[in-house]
Parts: sequence; C-alpha cells; structure tokens
Amino acid sequence: MAAQSTPGAPPTVRTRLTVNGVEVDRESDCRTTLLDFLRETLDLTGTKKGCNRGECGSCTLLVDERRVNACMILLASLHERRVTTIEGLARDERLHPVQQSFIDHDAFQCGFCTPGQIMSAVGCISEGHTRDDDDIREWMSGNICRCSAYPQITAAVRAASAG
Amino acid sequence: MTRIGDPVARLDGPAKVTGAARYAADHHLDGQLHAVLVGAPVPAGRVTGIDRRAALAVPGVVAVLVSGDLPPPAADFARAPIPPLATRHVPVQDDRILYHGQPVAIVVADSLEAAEEAATRVVVRVEPAPFAVPDTAPIGTPSLDTGYARLAPLDVGLGDLDAAVRTAATTVTGTYTQPARHNNPMEPSAILAVWADDDLTVYDAVQHIFGVQATLAAVFGVDAERVHVISHYTGGGFGAKAYVWPHEILAAMTARVLRRPIKLVLTRAQMYSIVGYQPLMEHEVTLTAQDDGTLTGIRHDVVNTTALTEDYVEFGSVTAGALFAAPAITLSQRVRRGNVNLPTFLRSPIDGPGTWALGAAMDELARATGIDPIDLRLINHADREPSTGKPWSSKKLVQAYGEGARRFGWRTRPRGGTRDGHWRIGCGIADATQGQFRFPARARLRMDLDGRLTLEGGFADIGQGPHTVFPQIAGSVLGIPPVEIRTRSGDSSLPLAPPSYGSSTTIGVGAAVLDAATRLRDCLAELAGWLPSEVHCADGELRRGTEAVAVALLLSRHGTPLVVEGSFGLPGGAEVDAGPSDVAVRTFGVVLAEVGVDPDLGLVRLRRATGVYAAGRIINTRTARAQMVGGIVWGWGKATMEASHFEPELGRWHSQNLSGVALPVNADIPPLVDVAFVDEHDELAGPLGAKGIGELSATGVAAAVANAVFDAVGVRVRDLPITPARILGGG
Amino acid sequence: MYPFTYHRADTLGDAMAAADADGAAVLAGGTELVNWIRLGVSRPSDVVDINRLPDLSAIELADDTVHIGALARLNDVAGHALVRDRFPVLTQAIHQAASAQLRNLATIGGNPLQMTRCPYFRSEAPTPCNKRRRGSGCAARHGINDQHAIFGWTDDCVAVQPADPATALAAVDAVLVTESARGGRRIPARDLHVLPSQDPTAHHVLRPDEIVTRIELPGAARRSAYVKVRERASYEYAIVAAAVALEIDGTTIRGARIALGSVAMRPWRLHRTEQLLIDSTIGSTEVEAAVAAGFDDARALPHNAHKIPLARNAVLRAIERAAAGEPAMRP
Repeated sequence: MAAQSTPGAPPTVRTRLTVNGVEVDRESDCRTTLLDFLRETLDLTGTKKGCNRGECGSCTLLVDERRVNACMILLASLHERRVTTIEGLARDERLHPVQQSFIDHDAFQCGFCTPGQIMSAVGCISEGHTRDDDDIREWMSGNICRCSAYPQITAAVRAASAG
Repeated sequence: MTRIGDPVARLDGPAKVTGAARYAADHHLDGQLHAVLVGAPVPAGRVTGIDRRAALAVPGVVAVLVSGDLPPPAADFARAPIPPLATRHVPVQDDRILYHGQPVAIVVADSLEAAEEAATRVVVRVEPAPFAVPDTAPIGTPSLDTGYARLAPLDVGLGDLDAAVRTAATTVTGTYTQPARHNNPMEPSAILAVWADDDLTVYDAVQHIFGVQATLAAVFGVDAERVHVISHYTGGGFGAKAYVWPHEILAAMTARVLRRPIKLVLTRAQMYSIVGYQPLMEHEVTLTAQDDGTLTGIRHDVVNTTALTEDYVEFGSVTAGALFAAPAITLSQRVRRGNVNLPTFLRSPIDGPGTWALGAAMDELARATGIDPIDLRLINHADREPSTGKPWSSKKLVQAYGEGARRFGWRTRPRGGTRDGHWRIGCGIADATQGQFRFPARARLRMDLDGRLTLEGGFADIGQGPHTVFPQIAGSVLGIPPVEIRTRSGDSSLPLAPPSYGSSTTIGVGAAVLDAATRLRDCLAELAGWLPSEVHCADGELRRGTEAVAVALLLSRHGTPLVVEGSFGLPGGAEVDAGPSDVAVRTFGVVLAEVGVDPDLGLVRLRRATGVYAAGRIINTRTARAQMVGGIVWGWGKATMEASHFEPELGRWHSQNLSGVALPVNADIPPLVDVAFVDEHDELAGPLGAKGIGELSATGVAAAVANAVFDAVGVRVRDLPITPARILGGG
Repeated sequence: MYPFTYHRADTLGDAMAAADADGAAVLAGGTELVNWIRLGVSRPSDVVDINRLPDLSAIELADDTVHIGALARLNDVAGHALVRDRFPVLTQAIHQAASAQLRNLATIGGNPLQMTRCPYFRSEAPTPCNKRRRGSGCAARHGINDQHAIFGWTDDCVAVQPADPATALAAVDAVLVTESARGGRRIPARDLHVLPSQDPTAHHVLRPDEIVTRIELPGAARRSAYVKVRERASYEYAIVAAAVALEIDGTTIRGARIALGSVAMRPWRLHRTEQLLIDSTIGSTEVEAAVAAGFDDARALPHNAHKIPLARNAVLRAIERAAAGEPAMRP
C-alpha cells in the first residue's frame, strides 16, 4: 500500500503492531524509527538511544522473539509484528529470570545499556548461544557497556541460561 | 545485620533492569520542543551568513536560532569558575568559529524528525581561516587563568637531575604517546530545560548537580535557588558530564527565548566535538639508576593538546612526583593549542596517563638492569611522598605487590614468548595509583513515625553505586537493612553533595551520611533517656547492654519524625582539598596482565588480569569490585584500541561514531579478571577510613599490557594503542 | 532524514514496479539503508519495503547448488545445515560480521550491497569524497588512510568494500540473481562490485530498480575458512580478512579459491595465487611463495603498508584452517 501524503506535512503511513502485548494502530511519519516511536510517542523509554547507528546495542529489543536494534528499524516495516521491550519482560511484577540474574551478578553500573543487554541476553539464551563463557562473550558482544561490567554480564547470562 | 564492607546487592537494581530508571532524555514535558544543533563546517573562520529559509519551511519547525537570537550571558558569567564551567566560550553568540562542529545554529521543532531534517537544511556560509592543528602546534606554557592549570605545579625541580644523568649506571629514556580518547559514555549528553517565570528547571545528564546549578545561575544572573537541577540517573559520564558544556547553556537559553520546554539530546557525533575528551599526550621520560636498581633521578615532561579557548592541562607528570623514591625529580607540563573543542578529564586522569609512561619506562629499566620489575619497585618504594616529603596518610603498596604476585603467580609465570598455538604469551606488571580529592558534603536522614528511614542527598548516580553504599552506611549505624531505606537523590533541592568525579563521592557523602546516622542514633538515645555513648542499633531496635527498645516505638512516642543533617567539612572551610595538609593522601595498587600476541596477525588479546589495591576501607566489596573490573577494561581499551584522531587537513575529529572508534566489547574481556583489596583503613583521609577507587581502577593497565606485549614478542610499543600495525611494524 | 513515502510491497511484481520509479530505494534488513538516509548518502523519495514478500527467505538445495532467498537473515544463513556443512567459510564470515542483533536484521541479499566504511565517506559532515559527491575528490588519498585499499585503488578513491559475507560469497563463486521490471540478471559475486578505475563514485553494478531475489552457491567448499583480523575481538570491521576454499587430496592442494576482504573496493580474488597453489603441499614453502606472489601488484598507501603482510599472513592462516577443517571462528 502506498503512504498517505498531505501537502506540506511529511508523508505518513499506518502501522498496526503489538507492543508488549498491547495492540498499537498509528498513522505516523514514514521516517519514524521503532526506537523514536517507543521513546517519544509511547513513552517506553527503557529502550535507550546510545548511537542511533547500530553501533552500540543500547536499543536492543525483541521483534517476534528475535533480538534486533530498534534504531535500525522503520516503524512502518513492523506492520503486524510483535515488539517486546524491557518494560514488557517482567510478568505480574515478578522480574524475568534474566533481570534477576543481572541483579544477582552485579551485571550493571550506570544502567543505561542494561535494558539492551538484558533483551540481548534473552535473545542469546533462546538462540542457544550459551554453550560456554566464550560463546556468551562472543554473542553478547553487540552490546557495549562503557562501565564495563562484562565479566558480570557473562556470569549473569550463564546463570540465567542454566536456570 | 548489614555492615560496612558487606557485598550488598545494588538497591537500584529493580529500577535499572526494568527500564523504570529515567535518564535525562527519558523525561517528557507538556509542550516540549526538540532542539538539534547545527555545527560549523570548518575549524576556523567566521560565519558570514545563515540561510534558514529551507529549514523554516520544514513542517513542524518552530524556530532556527542563530547568533543574535539568544541572550548574552549575564555579567556573573564572566566570574563563573572554570571548572565547573567547562569553557567560557559560548557558541551562537557571535560569528567566530574556533573549532569544527562548534554550534552555529539551533533548530527547534515539534518533532524530532522535523528538527533533524531541518538541521540538515540550514545553509551555513563561512569565511574559512587558517587553523592550527593541535597535535603539531607549537609548545607553550599553560595559562594559569583557569583551575585546569592550577591543579598541580607546572614545573617541579627537586635535586640535581643533570648530575643524576651524568653519574647513572643505567639511564632509560623514551617518548611515550597516547592518542586523544573520547569518554563516550553510552548515554549521550542530554538536557530538558523549562522556565517558569524566572525559575529554570533542567533535567540533565550530569556528574555534578550543584556545579550545573551554580553555573547556569551565573549564565542567567539569577540566584542559585532559582535553578533546579534534576538528574536521578546518569548513563555514565567518565568525565564528559563532569562540567557544564555549551549545549546545556544553549538549551536553557533556547527555552528562555521560546518560552517552551526544550529537549536537546546530543548525537553520538556531537559527543566528539561539543563535550570534552582526553587530549593527545606526549611523555618524555628519563629514569636514571645505580647498578643495584636504585633510582637516582626521574624526569617526566608532558605535553598535551588543548583548545584555543582555555588551556586544559592533563597533569600526567604528577605520578612521577609521587610513586618512586628518587633524589632528583624534574617535571613539566606544557600544551599545544589548536582549533579543536576543549579537552577535559576522562576516567583516570592525571595518574592514568602518568602510570602509562612511568610504568612502561620502569619496565624498560627493569630489562636494562636485569632486575625483576616487582623487585625494582620494592627497591624504589617511596616511604614519603617524593615531591613534598610528606608522610602518607596510609600506604600498603608493598602488601599489594605481594598479594598481586601471589594471586597472579608472578614468580612462576610462563616464560615470555611461550607458545600456545599461534599465540605467544607474555606477562607484565605496572603500578596503579591515584591522588585523592575531597569536597564538602551534606546528607539528610529522616525517620518517620513507623521507623522508616529516608536518606536524602543531592548526589548524582553515574553507576558507582551511591544508591547502595550510602543506605548501607546509614543502615549499618542504625540497624536497618539497606533495602528498607528509601533514597532520594539527584536533585539540587536536596542537601549539597560533591561531584561524582575525582573518586570523591563516597569519601564526602559517605562521611556526611555516617555523621547524620550517628546524630540520628544520638537523638534516639536521647528519646530513650540513654547516653549516646552507651547505645547501638540492631534489627530495628535501640539497645543498651541487654536492654532494647523498638525504634518505631520511640518515634511514635515522640510524635514527630526525626530529621537530622550530617556533614563532611574540609579544614579551613575549603571547597576542595587533596587531604589534610600535613599528609599525602593517595591510593595504590598493582596490575598484572597476561596477554597473547599473534605476531603474524598482529593481534593482542587479554588472557587474564589481576589487580590488587590498597585504597582505604572498602564500603561494599561487590560494587567496588565492579568499579575495579570496569577500570581494568578501560585500561585494556586504552592499551589496545581506543583512539580519536584529529584529521589534520580537514581540522576535525576523523571518526565521530562507535564503529570508527573502537571501545572494548564483551569478547575482549576474559572471565579471569581477578580483583582484591588489601585491608586498609585510612582515618586521615576521612571519618569513614575510605578513599576513592573509581579512577584508581584504570591506572597502570596500559603499561602492564605494553610490558606484557614486550615480554611476549620483544616489541616495545611506546605509542598507544598497541594495534596490529604496531606489532607488525616492530613498535 | 529527508521525508519519503513508504511503500509496503506485498508481491514481487508490486515491489519491482515500485522500485522502477525514480527516487525509489529498496528496504530489506535496513541496517544500511536507514543509516544512508540519516547521513544523506541516500535521499529516496519512496522507500519500497520488500520484507513482506513471500518465499524470499528459503534455503534449499537444488542441482547441487544451495539456493538462498535474498531475504534470509544472516544468522539464519550461517546456522543453516546446508551452509554450515557445505560452506563453512560463509558461516564463519557471517558469525564474524557485525553483531548478533544486526545479523538478525541484515539479509544475505542486502549485505553485499553494503557501502564502504571509509570514515570520510561515512562522515556526518561532508568531506571531499567522490562517492559522496561526484568530483569532490578523495580526502583519504593523502589523509588518514590506514584502513584503506592495497589493491585496485586510484587517486579518485582508495576505499575498501567491508562486507564479510560478500567476501566469502566471492570466494565460493556465488551468483546473485536479480529481478526488475526490465528483466533479471545473474551476477557473479566477484563481479558485483565496482573498482574506482571503472567508476570511483559507484559501489556495485546493481541498478536502483533491481532487486536481489536469490543467491546461489554452486557445489560445496567443505575445506574452507574465514580469517578476520581486527583490533577488537568482535563487532568490528576487518583490517583485513581472508576467505579461502580449498580442494585437498591428502596434503596436496588440488584447487584453491581465495578472496580478500577490506583490501580493495571489491572482494579481491588472488587468481595468481590460486593457480600457483595447485599441487603444492600444505605447510610447505611453496604455499608461502604462492601466497606472496598474489601480492606482487599490491600497492600501499602512506599509512597502510602493514596491511600487505597482514593480508598475506591472513591468507596463510586461512589456508591452514581450511586444510585442517577447523570449525574455529576466531583467528
């Protein structure tokens, strides 16, 4: 389908998707990325913008259960897709096992990259890339942690994958 | 019961793992507009015109502000101290261009998409002028106009170095360099500014809430109380958010002019040219020694690049006046000034650069004299601070060497060059050390009628663990589990707190919390009719001998909440010091690294590392360990990959992103990062017995790695980072 | 970003028609296009999203050729049994490319179309770069060119093609199959990219209206390996990379295909080395000589002389790995 266009205003497109289990149906600027949409429109600010170029991993979340960088995705291309952000991970006020494991293993400091790390870890575990520490380190390398909690992150992922 | 020293899990964990923790850019205000900065396309010259028509034609654009559209800073601004003001140069005030990327226009729109598009449509006409490349500009003596140059002496001359050189059995001399490195916290700097009449509120990504408050007050000529700074969580700063940079001033000015809330989030590229970075540094080091390895002289001359606006001085020479005993010590600090944005502190300033050059030179001396590098350090142990002759407040470096050697297996390490497949193994050691800063601090405790405790302080959380260690300190005195203590922080309406830099938060706020908790316990004793000296708290009770009374009962009888303030002051009411004047306060440690070098492919990989530190009393071994591990990773980045190059033809930072400038990732760091602390209690440093650790952590690592690389393949790399090109090129 | 309209294509015909319009750009994984639009490298008036096209992500074997749908995500390609078993070099190349989450987005059809990482080209503020603006020059030629080409460069462009999977595809003689409103083409992976001597402004030979629909990998390259050299252990572009596919009889090389990555504006096949290696013995000095001969026409720039020995050593290491049949991923 073609985008709608009104004179002067930027072209928009209608996109229907679910975010954390809630259906969202919006007409939005064709340029809007998933990341900006979550942060600026839905006020889901747990997903962070660290570089906006796919170079840091802070915006990692799940689309249809796969971990991806939200800054690299146009919202429009998520028609009929399912998005899970850090805010949608805990169930009934109980932390997801990966979230708890990050606390238990002291796997963060400033916390800015942490939502992305955790969503990436959820993906990493479901993909099965937790064979050993080297496997985890390699497959968790798409998330930069400048506080550099890497050994603790590896430990947290290892424990969560075993649990 | 929780005590000081226990590995209490981070109390801000649930907020940080669920996305609930709001950082500056996560705040939204009704009616807010998005601002995007437009940068100068040349490093020097003048703006001759700005065509904003195309930008203004973008739907949603509210304004394009250029010089003349913003108010000038108030008269107070000329007297605002640098630091915490980063630079007196405020862009978008005139037509001068002093560095590439300097803001020359501000686009404001009701959507981020519109603001970003319009920013690319602003046409900036310039008259370029010749520019100075900082890396190769003439060497000059720093101006003492700012606090940057007054941090330490620019020149030190102790003893007769020339004589030491003439009579030395062994002389080692070398030039060690390190490239500029950008702090690159994962959170880009961000600010949301809103005015209500003459009151300014900013949600800002900062390391020093009260520094921002005072500086913005000076910009607008208002009382500090009219500026409200909120910064609940800061996504790392590492120095880049320590001071007040131009974007903060511009956002507040824009909000003033447009009378709307303004959100300004720097792009990653702008993090290279609008906030600071560690400058490029050249270190000339000479060590002279007797046959037995005893140092007779140290010379350390440091040159760093800086901007045309101010002379930032990176005092790498300080370490050489503090680490090893030598009768003759000559130190100097000079600068090269160029058309570039101003450098600033970066995690492990001063001693980070200092330990790189000195630690590598000491290894060369160890090789030249055939003395084991740890033995060489023991021979030259400084029993007093060499540059001042003052006794140390505490120093357990010898124990750290011993414990480090034991944990690492230094004396039984594999012979340098041992093969493991294509890898050659090498081991290296170097000293870690950092001077201490102290700032005054206050903290408030409020105990409600139900005995529930709230801790309040205007400190910033940059990840070092204040939401955990301060409740831990209060809870240890008052017998309350830290998890039950509510903490309010990150707000300038709360009690004065020192900056979260210079490894100074815990020593200051921690002491103030200890003071407040002790006072609160005294109040409880008074309510119980007991002598303060007789009581202690445990499990929610006030106890005297075998007697006990529930704290909640005391409070409910009293009928009003107890509110007490504690403080930590410096001698003479100073605003900052380096410890009591009659002693030298410094942290020490040793870093040992084992690397693998693939000489064919030029690869250097960390196999394991050990750091053992004597850094006073450790408040929380868990969060402290995280800081030290993080610092070792920082050191690895400095040693092997991090570099920001200034493009000399274009006069700008070459790569301004995170793919052209490498920072360590998880795969770089082995699980075997071993950290330990020597038991130390430094009561002269402060009432807690603690000293700062966050910046100690990244010192020494680069030298340990370079020394390990030499051990592995015999290539002495004196220019960081140690890249495949340098391994293949023989240094 | 400049504004654009968004076209959600539901069929290949629909996509081809939309892509045929002036100013159209095809969106697959988006990990490159979105950044190009941000940088102003690309200013499409219409983005044609092909992600919903059916049947474009299958991986299957037909006529001893592995057919990979262009929309197959890189991680799915690398993990597929057909690719792992027949083309370990491709699995290894993919697993060393970008990051896990980017590889969940990026497609095998889009990856070879990746543009150079030359920092002058990727600059937010324009610099002299013929690939950014025709005729503006090449700032890298006499600038900071440590990451740049050692083969096939000209004064007009010294950039390199950085894609790891593209390098592996060139080594195993993969073929890209394209469709467009004006008909389709079969383009050998090694001929996809354009050297600056042909056109310093171009990256590849694809027309804007052409859509890659499939990649074909003939036969197998079971003794193959990918060696990537980089400062950081992961999530970084190569300084140099070597993709090697061997046919071995005992310890004797019967056939060799070698492509280097990040040394030229295209994956650089070492044809001369490939010829000289035939009948040489693994681990012998003949192999070293054959590899060295492949670098006779290498030309260093002022700051990248190290890339020549580095690339040579990377080839030797990849030959060793391929011969050993090691599954190892890291150098």
